[in-house]
Formats: sequence, structure tokens, C-alpha cells
Amino acid sequence: MNTTLLTILIISLSIFAFYYAVYKIKSAQSLNTKHRPLHSYYGWYCLFWTIFPALLFFCLWTFCSSIWIDKTIINIITLSINEEGATNISLQLNAIKNAANGILTDQVPKEILSNYISLNQKSEFIRFIATLGIAIIGLFFLIRKINPDLRARNKIESILMVLMFIASFIAIIVTLGIVLSLLFETLKFFSDVSPFEFFFGTTWSPQIALREDQVAASGSFGAIPVFTGTLLITIIAMCVAIPIGLLAAIYLAEYASQRTRTIVKPLLEILAGIPTVVYGFFAALTVGPFIRNIGETFGLSIASESALAAGLVMGIMIIPFISSLSDDVISAVPNSLREGSYGLGATKYETIILVIFPAALPGIIGSILLATSRAIGETMIVVMAAGLTAKLTANPLESVTTVTVQIVTLLIGDHEFDSSKTMAAFALGLTLFIITLILNVIALKVVLKYREKYE
Amino acid sequence: MIKNDNIKITTNDLCVFYDEKQALFDVNISINEKETTALIGPSGCGKSTLLRCFNRMNDTIENCVVKGNINIDNANVNNPEIDVVQLRTKIGMVFQKPNPFPKSIFDNVAYGPKIHGMAKNKLELEEIVEKSLKQAGLWSEVKDRLSQPGTSLSGGQQQRLCIARAIAVRPEIILMDEPCSALDPIATANIEELMDELKKEFTIIIVTHNMQQAARVSKNTAFFHLGKLIELGPTDQIFTNPKLEKTQDYITGRYG
Amino acid sequence: MNRILSKSQNIENSTNKRHRKEKRFKSLCLGAVIVAILFLIILLSSLAYKGLSGFTKTTIQIPIYFNEEIIDPENTRDIAVINKASFRKIFKQSLLQKFPEAKDNRKMYRNISKIFSRGSTYLLKKMVLDDISLIGKTINVDLISSSTIDQLRKNNINIKVPESDRPVSDATLKIYDQLNTEGVIKKRLNFSFFKYGDSRNPEEAGILGALLGSMFTLIITLLLSFPIGVLTAIYLEEFAPKNKFTYFIEININNLAAVPSIVFGLLGLAIFLNFFGLPRSVPLTGGLVLTLMTLPTVIISSRASLKAVPPTIREAALGLGASKLQAVFNHVVPSAAPGMFTGTIIGMARALGETAPLLLMGMVAFIVEVPTSIFDPATVLPAQIYLWADSPERGFVEKTSAAIIVLVLFLIIMNSLAIWLRRKFEVRW
Repeated sequence: MNTTLLTILIISLSIFAFYYAVYKIKSAQSLNTKHRPLHSYYGWYCLFWTIFPALLFFCLWTFCSSIWIDKTIINIITLSINEEGATNISLQLNAIKNAANGILTDQVPKEILSNYISLNQKSEFIRFIATLGIAIIGLFFLIRKINPDLRARNKIESILMVLMFIASFIAIIVTLGIVLSLLFETLKFFSDVSPFEFFFGTTWSPQIALREDQVAASGSFGAIPVFTGTLLITIIAMCVAIPIGLLAAIYLAEYASQRTRTIVKPLLEILAGIPTVVYGFFAALTVGPFIRNIGETFGLSIASESALAAGLVMGIMIIPFISSLSDDVISAVPNSLREGSYGLGATKYETIILVIFPAALPGIIGSILLATSRAIGETMIVVMAAGLTAKLTANPLESVTTVTVQIVTLLIGDHEFDSSKTMAAFALGLTLFIITLILNVIALKVVLKYREKYE
Repeated sequence: MIKNDNIKITTNDLCVFYDEKQALFDVNISINEKETTALIGPSGCGKSTLLRCFNRMNDTIENCVVKGNINIDNANVNNPEIDVVQLRTKIGMVFQKPNPFPKSIFDNVAYGPKIHGMAKNKLELEEIVEKSLKQAGLWSEVKDRLSQPGTSLSGGQQQRLCIARAIAVRPEIILMDEPCSALDPIATANIEELMDELKKEFTIIIVTHNMQQAARVSKNTAFFHLGKLIELGPTDQIFTNPKLEKTQDYITGRYG
Repeated sequence: MNRILSKSQNIENSTNKRHRKEKRFKSLCLGAVIVAILFLIILLSSLAYKGLSGFTKTTIQIPIYFNEEIIDPENTRDIAVINKASFRKIFKQSLLQKFPEAKDNRKMYRNISKIFSRGSTYLLKKMVLDDISLIGKTINVDLISSSTIDQLRKNNINIKVPESDRPVSDATLKIYDQLNTEGVIKKRLNFSFFKYGDSRNPEEAGILGALLGSMFTLIITLLLSFPIGVLTAIYLEEFAPKNKFTYFIEININNLAAVPSIVFGLLGLAIFLNFFGLPRSVPLTGGLVLTLMTLPTVIISSRASLKAVPPTIREAALGLGASKLQAVFNHVVPSAAPGMFTGTIIGMARALGETAPLLLMGMVAFIVEVPTSIFDPATVLPAQIYLWADSPERGFVEKTSAAIIVLVLFLIIMNSLAIWLRRKFEVRW
């Protein structure tokens, strides 16, 4: 009854459908030679109606039946444990599921387990038979319809159009999914914790709320220190990335020979292509201790998870974003402006500072905004190299935490999904999403306007 | 032939290469002071390349090599020791497409004097700007909106702004690379009128496709073909009685 | 010479200053480029320095007596019996034979046994299960050393500091030196690094589990994001009417490309795990989240390559009586295909290096078993790196760096493939 067998059966059915349809239309057309459209369209048409409804049913059934089985099992669990109180039904359900998959974590009641397994088996059996049945019905229905009067090409084309439309709709669904899921959890969070406390409170210690049944375990969710921590690290990163990235872009666009460009640009792209987890490792193991040691020689006590280390490495990561975007922008400044300036006897420096830079400024600002949004949303570097405790400080030598770090620490591992702790992560996520969205929209607008100006 | 009493520029076996491709072959030309000289010839004949040699604009093109001498006031421009910045203060240039900087009208004109430190204070700078704009015949049109961006002007005005920008540095020579090719006939007439005015003070070299224009504005004309200087002479003579058949063919439009 | 050309003394004086400024600025810009490249060199060389040793391991050869009385006293040669036998005893017996002075000295024995990997007894058991004839024999076995000894051999432990400040005691050091002079300590290539899954012991930990996890996750991502991305690109570029709705889709795609990856993790957690109840920690859900993240990249690059196909191609096909769809799918898409593949590979490379959203999807669990399908709990390569980087043991540092080297190698291969594809099949119109 496994899925592999089902897959093989469906695939062989569809291959049969394709070739049988082609065979049938060929033999039908030999009688009627008036018009002979491409045969393969009939094959594809037949194949589509064999696979598609079956696949749709398979997915729907899998989804619905798993929900239905969960509900049944939860009912049984609630009935069976009345004296212990309904502590953790979902945890129990997980334990049963794990046990069914062969991973024994906790003790699970035997009868519920067997109940679960038998329900699952029944559901899978029905799924197997019905999916196969639907495929066969589809096949036979279509084979009967195959004749030269059927305009298979038009049908295939409309199917393709529908598929393409659905595909392009996914982008909207994803955005909607992000907004709704974040908003939903955030609103739940704000019914527990007031938005005022969240946005203006200065103590962030969600870790107190370990379990729901703890007394006075609400934790405190004032996110100001988290925001300032993010801001601090972002500022440090941009202080590193903007000058280096911008000057490098100017060098590449204005000074470098073609050969230098072809060597240096890919090197910078490597810097951009290195996974952030690698930067995080580098920050935590090399840069952090290095900065601390330097501090020690000057008699400064620097936290090993200092904002400086995380910001510095993040800055390195951002350099290629700024340099490549700004390089494009500077190169897009029309050459006539350069010549006009050189023709008046200006040096390259004067031309760059007085003519090219002002002309490219909107585009450069756009690229900086995009880079900032990336720095704010960057996760792995800060998770590995920045601190966990929220501290309200502007000192780069101390350890601070960021929005992304908090999201990860609040949500990593097994947890109760409905506690304020997890919902706080979604509130942070929504804030992050909105801020980066605003930055991105402005940046894209600015860059687009700039491009229009010089194209 | 041209009278050789007040020669400003001479070239000596000037050759220009773009990588392997040779664009100019042994050009020997002399240009008189405070006169207008037109360079004519079919597209790709090297006339713009020659123009860009005078103020070493070709330096900005990576694969361009210039050989031979260009003497301006008895100094070889092509000498690597020459400071192009100083050279270009002496030789202004106006380009094919009007290219005002994305700055205000005032700042456009003031740009050259500012970078060269030609004005001691703001008042002097304003004087220079006003004088240049007046000389370019633009003052009356823009005097009330000097702080508006230079790009807000019409095409002809933009080109005159570029001319004002060039003469604000007080050059001795002005190079014009098809200055009217992007303009309508009225704007073109304005520029031509202006050139007539300017030649009293400046040596003008103009590259043009438009032979009527060459005939109207220039005193001397040089005809180029395939990177070679074919004929150089007083404009009247070149257009009415050319010595060489090639020039005759081009002037009469047999090829071009 | 200059004097002749210069218009006035005033200007000439100022030009020197200006040229100095120019030079200063140019070297400043060059400096920025050099600094950026220097960062790259430092980053890569520090990884190589730390990581290359992770591909070797230390073995110690000692004679092991497979005592029949302990393994299989009744001479049944039954696998079940051998499985139950105490190989710890075998190990101990052989060690005591080698170091008789430790017989009554429990502390010394403990020091000696600490030289070897904790997995040594399993290794011995596996040897016997593979070859039953070993029982009763004494053979020299290359046992894997413990991580500490491995680090000691690689000179990663400073033995000059006081005993309390380092992970090896003086007694262990003495034994190590003794073994070293005997010449039984050897350096070997660590193939097991590629053959096993994760482990609590650094000397036994491997990346096979993470590699397969990454592979399964990427397969899901590829299978979903390529068709969806390409279809979207074709629709938007070739068929979509230019109206507000299309514009809205385009804005959405551009913004999704810049949304922080962690937000996709939140989406996956809330929708895939919580709402749809899909399983945690499996490549299927990980791949789904990465698909959403990669889609914009695929769409944007596919659109760019479609845009590069000149309209004359479409008109030519339409002029021959092809339908719009035929024109697009038979003529435009094939010429745009290399660009689409390139964009997809680059998107895949980014997905391979992505960690943050997978952290939230539970793909950072400690999983020893190597996954065999997209429904098995698994971790991915970057998540494995994150896990190891967080481990306190010294031995994991080089494992982390070694895993990073493997990851970066894969990324380089993928990106080179993309560049090669672009160069090879790029059509210039």
C-alpha cells in the first residue's frame, strides 16, 4: 500500500494514456485526411486528465484525513485522561505520532497508538484505491473522447494558460500568507501584551515564561532594547560597508581598467555568495575573540559577543551588495557628463565628487537602503556572534541582541505554539517585515526613477 | 592655400590607433588663431578623433594610442608631461549632445571657474557667470531662474549653456563636436550666430556633418576621408573650386 | 613646457594641489577594493587553516585479543550472541595487556582509555560481526583516537600552560609520548567524515546526514521552484495584460526577493507546520520554505532572459501561423532556457547556503540517522555547521570548518556551472 507503488502505477498509466491517445488519433485520421493537427497534443491532453484529478485527490485526501485522524485521536486522549487534566494534548499527540514512526520518546498508551495506526492504514488504503480509480476513470473518459474533431491543441493551450496564471498568482499568495500569518499571531499576542508595552517597554525578558502553568510567568515584552540592539549592529555594519563598498564601486567604475574589473568583480561576488552561517562562524570564532584580545591589551573589557564583532562581520558581508549596486548606478551615469567635466579641465576626483556622485546619488541611496534592509534582516551572523540578553546600550563593546536573534531563540526547538513567548516572536517578525518592506519599496522606487532618468 | 601668418595649432604626422585599428593617418594640419575652422567628411573619417586629440580627450579611452606631435603655441600637447588639466583650461569643448550637469544653471557655468579657483569670492564668480551667459546669448533668457536645474532648459538653450560653461574658463580655443546635430533649425541658427560672435575672441574648431553649416560659419575647411586629411583650404575655395576630385565628389554629394 | 601652456601662475599653483588630491582619492578607492579583497582572503584562509585538518584523523595501533571466552564462550558463532557480548571487556583486556602497569591503577586506566574514541568498542564489535574468524585471534587494530588526542597531534593544544588549564592531563601526555615514540600513532585521511551522520563525539561526527538532507531539500526546492518560477516568468513576460493586477504581481515578486529569509521561516512555521500540520524537521517542509524563498530569484532571472529574446523571433513565428503559445514555447523559451537555468542554479546555490528559515522549521535537530527520503527527519549542511559551531568541544571547531569547506566547494561548483552555462549557451542577438 505504499506511495512508491502508487506513483509507479500512476506514471505507467499516464504513459499508456499518452501513447494510446496518439495511436488512436493516428488511426482515426488515416480515414479523414482533411486536416491532421499534431498528434502529441492529444497525448498530452489525455495524460493531463489522467494525472491531474488523481493528484489533486491524493493531496486533498492526505491533508483532510490527517486533520480528521488528529481530531479523532485528540478526542480519545481527552476521554482517556480526565484525572490528570488536559495538560498537553498536543504533546501527547506528537508522542503518539513519533511512536507510530518508530521513535519512542515518551510512554504512550498502547490502545490509542494501535487506534492511530489502524486509522492511518485505513486512510492510506482508501487513498490508494481511490487515486488509482480516479486516474483510470479519467483515462477511459478521455480515450473515448479522442477523435479528430476534438481540438486538442486549443485545450492544451487553455490548460497551460490556467497553469501559468496560477503559478504567477503564487507570489501574491505568499505575500498574503506572510502578512496574514504574522498579523494573526501578532494580534493574538497583543491581546495578551499591550502594544504600548511592546513598542515602548524597555525590559525584554521573555525567557521567564517557561511554562504556562507557572505563576506570574508572563515575562516582560518591552522590545525597545531589542530594536536598539538591531539598530546598533546595523549602524556598525553600515559604517563598515558604506565607505568601503562605495569607494570600491567608484574605483571599479571610474578608475579600474577592464582587466582589473574582470578580476575584482567576481572576487567581490564570492564575498556575496558565502553563506551567512560561515560569516557567523567567522565572527564568533575569529573576530569576536580577536577584538576581545585587542581590548585586553588596551585594558578594555570587551564582551566576546560584542556588537562590534557582529556588526563588523555583517559589514563585510554587506560590502559587495553596496559595491555592485553602486557600481551599476555609477556606470549608468551617461558618459557625456564625464566628458563635459573633463573638457573643462576637471580632474577625475573633481568630476567624480562634483558631477558623477550628485548625478548618481538617488541610485546610491537606493542601494544603501537595500543593503540596510538586508543588514536588519540578517539572521545567522547575529545568532552566532551577538548576545541573547537584551541590553539597552549604545556601547558597541557590549553585547546586545537583535530582532532576528530573538525570533530564532524564541522559536527554536519544541515549544507550545500558543504561548506569549512564541507569539512575541511573530510580533517581532511583523515589525521586521514592515520595516524591511518600507525600506525595499522606497529603494526600488528610487532606483527605478533613477533608471528611467538615464535610459 | 591658407595664409600662415597667425598659426595657433599645427599637427605633425599625427596617427591615432584604437587597438589594432588605425583611425588617423599622418595628419598634418594647421589652424589659425581667432578664426573658425571646419572639419568635414563622411562618418567615421576621423574628424571627431582629431578634434579630441587637441584637448587630449582621447586619454579617457582605454585602448586609444596617439602618435605624432600636436603643437599649440609651440608646445607639444601630446607630450606625456603636459598636464591635461591645464591644457583643457586653455581648450574648451562643446559636445554633440547638450550635456549640462544635473545642477542649477548657475552652478553649471560656475563649475569651471570654481574648480580652477578663478574667482576670489562669490561676487567675482557671479560676474564671470553673468559675463559668460551674456556672451553665450543666454543671459536674458535665464537671468531670473539661475537656480533652476540646467536640464530644465530646451535643447538649444542647453547647448548654449554648455557653450557658456566652456567660455567661463576663458579658454583660447573652443572645440565643437557637431554642436547642432541634436538641435532644431531655429536653435541651430542661434548657435551659428553665436559662433560668429565668439570667433572674435576664440579660436574655434568645429566638426560638422552639415556642409551648409560649414560654409556658413567657417573661414577655413579641412576635408577628411578614411582617416586622412584630403584637402585643407579657405572655405570659399573648398566649396566652389576644390583642388581634388574626391573633395569635389563629396561636396556635390556623389558619396558621403 | 607647462609654463608655456598654463594661462597664469595662479592656476598652475593650484593644479599641483588638485593633482595631489586626485592621487590621494584614487589610492583611497584602491585601498577600499584591497580591504574588501583582504577580508575575503582572511576569511577563506582562516577557514582553510582551521578546517583542512578536519579531513584527517589520528589512529593508534594496538594489539587486540578477541577473547573467545568473552565473545562467544559456547562456540555458537551466533550473531545474537556476539551482539550481546561485552566488547568493553575485550577492549579493557587488550589495553591492560598493552599497559600492564595500569592493572591495579584505576585512575591510570581511565587516562589510557580516554586516549581512544568512545566508539572504539563498537568498532571492535563491527569487526567481529564482519569477520567471525577473528574470534580467538590477536591482531593489530588501528583504533581512532579521542578528539583530544587528535587535537594534541595537530598541535591545537598548548601543552605549555599549567595542567589545570588544558584538556589533557600530564599523565595522558606521558602515555601519548610513549605511544608516539613507539610509532603507533598515525595520521590518516578521515573518510568516515563523509560516511556517517552527526555524533556527540567530534571524532565520529560526519556530514553524510547533512549532505543528504541538503540534497533532498534542494530536490524539493528545484522541483517546485523551477516549473512555477518559469511559468510565472513566461506568463508575466509574454501573456499577461499590462494592467494594475499584473503590476501588483510584479511588485509582490520584487518585494519578496528582498524580504529577510527569517520571515519565510515564520511563514513556514505558522502555515506549513502549524496550520497544515506538515511534519517538522523533514526535507519536504524545509524544501517548501526554500521554494518560496527561491521563487523570486528564479522568476526575476527568467524574465530577464525572456526579455533578452528579440521580438522579431516572436513575430517570425507568429507570421508563419503559429499560435501565440506555440511561438513562445517553441521559439522564445528555448532561446531563453540557458538564462533560466543559470538563474535557477544561482537560486539553488543560495538555497543551499540558507540557514535561518530552516532553523525555525526544526532542521537543526541532533540527528544521527542518515535520512533516506524526504519524509525522514534531517538536518542540512549549513544547519549542521551552525550546530557544530555551537558545540563547546574543541574538536568540533575543525569539523565545522571542514563542513564549511565542503559547503563552499559545493557553492563554487554550482556557481561555476551557472557561469559555464551562461558562457556556453548565451545567444548574442
